[in-house]
Amino acid sequence: MTQLPARTEKKLGLVIDLDTCVGCHACVTACKGWNDANYGAPLSDQDAYGADPSGTFLNRVHSYEVQPGDAAAQIINFPRSCLHCEDAPCVTVCPTGASYKRSQDGIVLVNEDACIGCGLCAWACPYGARELDRAAGVMKKCTLCVDRIYNDNLPEADREPACVRTCPTHARHFGDLGDPDSDVSKLVAARGGYDLMPEQGTRPTNKYLPPRPKDRPAEISVLAPLLDVKATGLAGWLDRILEKL
Amino acid sequence: MHPAPSVIIFTVLSGLGFGLMFFLCLGVIRPLGLDALLMWGLAYGLALAGLVASTFHLGRPMRALRAFTQWRSSWLSREAWASAATLLMAAPLALAAILGGALPAVFGIVTALLCLATVLATSMIYTQIRAVPRWNHWTTPAQFFGFALTGGAILSGQNAAGAQLCVLLAGVIWLAWTIGDGRFAAHGATLKSATGLGGAGSLRQFAPPHTGSNYLLREMIHVVGRKHARRLRALALVCAAVLPAAMLLVLPAALPTTIAVAAIHVTGAFAARWLFFAEAEHVVGLYYGQRQLAATS
Repeated sequence: MTQLPARTEKKLGLVIDLDTCVGCHACVTACKGWNDANYGAPLSDQDAYGADPSGTFLNRVHSYEVQPGDAAAQIINFPRSCLHCEDAPCVTVCPTGASYKRSQDGIVLVNEDACIGCGLCAWACPYGARELDRAAGVMKKCTLCVDRIYNDNLPEADREPACVRTCPTHARHFGDLGDPDSDVSKLVAARGGYDLMPEQGTRPTNKYLPPRPKDRPAEISVLAPLLDVKATGLAGWLDRILEKL
Repeated sequence: MHPAPSVIIFTVLSGLGFGLMFFLCLGVIRPLGLDALLMWGLAYGLALAGLVASTFHLGRPMRALRAFTQWRSSWLSREAWASAATLLMAAPLALAAILGGALPAVFGIVTALLCLATVLATSMIYTQIRAVPRWNHWTTPAQFFGFALTGGAILSGQNAAGAQLCVLLAGVIWLAWTIGDGRFAAHGATLKSATGLGGAGSLRQFAPPHTGSNYLLREMIHVVGRKHARRLRALALVCAAVLPAAMLLVLPAALPTTIAVAAIHVTGAFAARWLFFAEAEHVVGLYYGQRQLAATS
């Protein structure tokens, strides 16, 4: 059913810390690795070792340069994946009901057996979160590792999305953003987490934490006092004479 | 957006077919016998050819029938219902015209309205997409109605009405281009709103997320051919509306006129529809550094 649930019991999602992300792409690789073999059609590659490689990924890491007016430029690494929106436009446009949002936890999923691969959901998503798999002909998207987070066969530490589990700098956090007392909600409140493209009215569940303000180097070098040499003796007398001329 | 031939053929041909069917259902022209077979056959042929072409766009065309299930929320599903209902409802009208017979006038009016509903549903598939600001505007349904009715009037040999509709169509597509060019900026999405970065400073893409191509770049960040947009716009406007209007006013109402005008109009319609896709920018392009100059200045 492609009508959105009026409310969801939980709002599971990710919080991505742009301050600590180092742009290593480990989340991209972990995501690809897990989703190559588990839930749904495997993420395929075309011409993987050839001249024009291309493939399906559910997570991509961009790099942007911020140039403040009065300070040094900063590189920000920016992971981009499905935001599991509350008003997900990808769900309502689907003609077959393959695209749906779960009422229990808010995860947006694709029922690949019902997907006709029309691509309209990918058009409707402002964030480029959906990619049509060329081999399978069906739409692929982040499942929030629905086959990990509830999986009793995995050790408890592994019951979180592969991207979160693998992140070496803990720049990715997983939890219930609908519960104001959850760790992720507290993190968002403390760090000023924000929505991407709020003007699209999608009400994303995932939040991004802004980079912390950087320290500025002091105006005067710490070596400056050492450079302020006072001449003494004959040189000092010459210095004073020449100053007067 | 990628101007996929399947979708261009679908929207142009089915629009023409349902436009012609609208005038046939209303009884504006009343062909009988063999003439009716040809005219209704043309309308059905165009509409069906368009609908068949649309399935070539699917990754899994064998499951296309599932598209009938979500009419409550999806315009694509509503389009499937509207087109199927129109084609079924028009069948008795076509048979009555071909074999001789009469149906209540209200039946024709209802079916004519269904033709318009189908064109509206097709246009709403694009209009509803907020992520493509150029489409997300009333000019999109206006264009689709303009092309369907003008094409229908030309094909049904109504020279006077056709000429008037051509003038209207010229206005509609000119408005759609003029308003459309400012839609992305008016919508307000920038790399800064897309990433939340930059503050008062400037922001640019430093490195792309992948060195090869991907589905997003192929499907939604299509830029090929925009350099010819100006020339194509002139071609589309002249062929779809200006030249047909002049010919319909000057040439006598006869079959050769209809064929010549229709051929020119359809060429213009294809050019305009190609531009409709090729010129439409998706906001996801911002993440890939599209419109960077606009964002930093």
